[in-house]
Amino acid sequence: MDFDTIAAISTPMGEGAIAIVRLSGDEAVRISDKIYKSPNGKKLADEKSHTIHYGHLIDPTTNEVVEEVMVSLMRGPKTFTREDVVEINCHGGIVSVNRVLQLVLRTGARLAEPGEFTKRAFLNGRIDLSQAEAVMDLIRAKTDRAMNVALGQMDGKLSKLIDQLRQALIETLAQVEVNIDYPEYDDVEEMTIPVLLEKCSWVREEIKKLLQTSSQGKILREGLSTVILGRPNVGKSSLLNSLVQENKAIVTDIAGTTRDIIEEYVNVRGVPLRLVDTAGIRETEDIVERIGVERSRQVLKEADLILLVLNAAEELSIEDERLFETIQSMDFIVVVNKTDLPRKIDLQKVIELANGRKVVTTSLLKEEGVIELEEAIAALFFEGQIESDDLTYVSNTRHISLLHQALDTISDAIEGAENGVPVDIVQIDVTRTWELLGEIVGDTVQESLINQLFSQFCLGK
Amino acid sequence: MTTTTYEAGTFDCVVIGAGHAGAEAAYAASKMGAKTLMLTINIDMIAFMPCNPSIGGPAKGIVVREIDALGGLMGKVIDKTHIQMRMLNTGKGPAVRALRAQADKVLYQREVKRILEAEENLTIYQAMVDELIVEDGEVKGVITQTGAIYRAKTVIITTGTYLRGEIILGDLKYSSGPNNTRPSLKLADNLLELGFDMVRFKTGTPPRINGKTIDYSKTEIQPGDTEPRAFSFETTEFILDQLPCWLTYTSLETHEIINNNLDKAPMFTGLVTGPGPRYCPSIETKVVRFNDKPRHQIFLEPEGRETDEVYVQGLSTSLPEDIQQLMLKTVPGLENAQMMRAGYAIEYDAVVPTQLWPTLETKHIKNLYTAGQINGTSGYEEAAGQGIMAGINAARRIFGKEEVILKRSEGYIGVLIDDLVTKGTNEPYRLLTSRAEYRLLLRHDNADLRLTELGYELGMISEDRYSKYLTKKEQIETEINRLRETIIKPNETTQSLIRSVGGTELKDGIRAADLVKRTEMNYNLVASLTPSDVELSDEVKEQIEIQLKYEGYIQKALQQVEKLHKMEEKKIPENIDYDDISSLATEAREKLKEVRPLSIAQASRISGVNPADISILLVYIEQGKIARVSNE
Repeated sequence: MDFDTIAAISTPMGEGAIAIVRLSGDEAVRISDKIYKSPNGKKLADEKSHTIHYGHLIDPTTNEVVEEVMVSLMRGPKTFTREDVVEINCHGGIVSVNRVLQLVLRTGARLAEPGEFTKRAFLNGRIDLSQAEAVMDLIRAKTDRAMNVALGQMDGKLSKLIDQLRQALIETLAQVEVNIDYPEYDDVEEMTIPVLLEKCSWVREEIKKLLQTSSQGKILREGLSTVILGRPNVGKSSLLNSLVQENKAIVTDIAGTTRDIIEEYVNVRGVPLRLVDTAGIRETEDIVERIGVERSRQVLKEADLILLVLNAAEELSIEDERLFETIQSMDFIVVVNKTDLPRKIDLQKVIELANGRKVVTTSLLKEEGVIELEEAIAALFFEGQIESDDLTYVSNTRHISLLHQALDTISDAIEGAENGVPVDIVQIDVTRTWELLGEIVGDTVQESLINQLFSQFCLGK
Repeated sequence: MTTTTYEAGTFDCVVIGAGHAGAEAAYAASKMGAKTLMLTINIDMIAFMPCNPSIGGPAKGIVVREIDALGGLMGKVIDKTHIQMRMLNTGKGPAVRALRAQADKVLYQREVKRILEAEENLTIYQAMVDELIVEDGEVKGVITQTGAIYRAKTVIITTGTYLRGEIILGDLKYSSGPNNTRPSLKLADNLLELGFDMVRFKTGTPPRINGKTIDYSKTEIQPGDTEPRAFSFETTEFILDQLPCWLTYTSLETHEIINNNLDKAPMFTGLVTGPGPRYCPSIETKVVRFNDKPRHQIFLEPEGRETDEVYVQGLSTSLPEDIQQLMLKTVPGLENAQMMRAGYAIEYDAVVPTQLWPTLETKHIKNLYTAGQINGTSGYEEAAGQGIMAGINAARRIFGKEEVILKRSEGYIGVLIDDLVTKGTNEPYRLLTSRAEYRLLLRHDNADLRLTELGYELGMISEDRYSKYLTKKEQIETEINRLRETIIKPNETTQSLIRSVGGTELKDGIRAADLVKRTEMNYNLVASLTPSDVELSDEVKEQIEIQLKYEGYIQKALQQVEKLHKMEEKKIPENIDYDDISSLATEAREKLKEVRPLSIAQASRISGVNPADISILLVYIEQGKIARVSNE
């Protein structure tokens, strides 16, 4: 309804080698220019309409290269929406396209509502009358579906945490409001800046944690860091290749890193994995010794998931047992490979050492057991076992965008409070945070503040 | 028994009722040139205060200033008739400061009556209206109990708590208006017959006691401000001789008496059926709901200079008379208090306010307006705010001019009316600052800057006042621009001034406007470094300081308003058929049919209408436009 600049992924998720993030609105070009860098340094604003440009997307906060892209620039009115449109063509796949979308949203675009591009096209006279009915039905259907999906996606833990944050905020707000509307009532304590700051800082930290550890905040953005571990010649490379082939990995060179370990991104049943390929390291070295090497230890330390590969055709070695010891406190799945050969390994012992973790048997050579492994990974992720630091899992782009906004407003509140702005003005940003969090759980009603006021305090003449 | 009727006269506007809504409505309509008749059951009840002898307070005080900026009565009158005035929330930000006055209740009435009597287009008559004359969905006049027929182009109903009023006290319940006046019964029936959806609300008032029998030594004094204060931007004379109020508390004995007599409390026996206001609960409700509180505050407020009657704020009750007397004796300072009037609850009829347009005209009957408590509000200020808008809109209708609707971003009055007609209310509605999303813009100090222009256009503001307003506005703008352009150099004068207030010294030159923004600085300090050529009043300096210090927040609020404005511009045609829009959700459709919002912005504020419905509505409206274009 307001004609601000909207953005969305306009290609089907997870399909195709190229994905497109589309922006539409007055600010589309300006927002794109904030993150797009062409090799010749030319701004999109200076380019002709209906042209396509090669370049990189840079995260303005870190100056890191996010993606290698082709950007189409189309100025209104000769566009689908009749507004200025920028289409960012990036690598297909959930990880890269989400990164691009998040970047665009953080730079000032708003996530489009379902059917909003079509709606704008209509409102700007792009679609004729006969299509109007269809547009309305489309909005209805898409919204309902999006709502169901959103609700379905919303983890109970997330909504519980959001509710907790909102409750803390509304209690604070109610107290501020009572102080204002009933200045003479002595049974209500004055909400002071230190108390307000304490509450707001707590909320900010929680929102930050949610964003950092949310699936898209960290995991979708970076992938679930997964290390394939095992002695030489147990099939690590085969496992890697098999996961990559099955899942059409995108090989990405992370610019600016000094690591010589190759990372590959794959999407396993909706779980984005960043495979850290220890197989790339020379096989001749003693693996346990290698773990002693600082760099490798770091890789292990940062891992969210370890796939420990064992050779079924050999007996468990001391080396294997030491590997088990090393990763005992981490999330791992045991892959007993080479079941096509006569088995020598003591499976019972393996299960004991796995200590409750999933053990999968595979024959990568015969392409057996890979599905089971993938299921095990997905199960581990979706059943909440891998929630890095046991934090709640935020998956929905809309939620993440709202959380980012909430983080901004609560930070404004804190900054204001620290700079001597009166409580009742700081409160404007606190209220906005409360509303934004409410949009995540689908509840923002002004009336509830007033209800809180009268249930929390004894007021009146 | 029917009375013989007779033709008693023709008016542009008939106002039924003379309370705070009726008085403002009649004053505004007549001031704008409409030949107006104000009918009241009892002429001595004009602008009567049946409850608190007090005007203003948070949000409400800002409404009084808005009424004043529009040229209304309330601010001017209270400035002349108060016994005490205080600025509240002085320790907080500028957006929530508010004035509150204790009124001399009798003087207040007398002053309103005097001004109304002097209004040349206004006739005041004591009569009870029994019936409206309605033809073809338009109101044409009223018929009184004595059979007088007054023909009118517009009618404004402001019946307050008179409409089928019933007083409840212990197990006693009787038909009555406030303070034992005659209730309006037939008009209540008539409104039902005309098809209005009515609800029953309850409110209450505490006992009054004789001030001579209070032991003030056991209470705390609450004096007024020593600084001269006024609501009206026109007031030049200030009352400095003020009376104090007094603070005391209920005791555990008070609570024990209440708890022991709950079986006699109409609030709990079922005798009171209508919902009461949560922000103004009876003492029995407070004791029951917050039973862990050892005491509740009681403010003792004198009802005037010429009387000993004292209003016992905090002790609103409908317990039986004898229990009220027992209760009073348990309050420190009131051990020997002599009760002069008992507290009571009153129930009355109100119209469901979603039946009104934002002009306060009823959707059902053209040229008929309602204002005040009949619309489900509570409070003199809320009533007066609606009264003036109803009066203005009735007059505009009479002269064939465009309606006047205040936006939520323009005034608390706008918030109040929009809430009522868009969301309705299930309890007597009171304004709270938290109801205003743009309260930083809706400050009490800038009410004149927000609304004087409008008041002047409407013909409610004198030329003299308007030119003063223009000067003030111009001075503020000029001085702010000067401060933005002036660079303060980091010389010793500047640095020592900054040091003296505990600030960090300047490293470089700084714009004077930016220096004002520093926490430890203010306008006067900065002006001492760079004096203005013109002598500026305190009000002007206050505006400059607020506008600069909170600039960032104000800008943010203005951006939101701008966004909303685009949605306000998207008008919904009055004849829209919501049943024709099949993709609307059922709940949204029903709500839209009930409220019939005038703009997309208003539609979006209806609970149960979600963003998808708004999108669909937009597409539908646009489709209508395209259809019109293609038909041409």
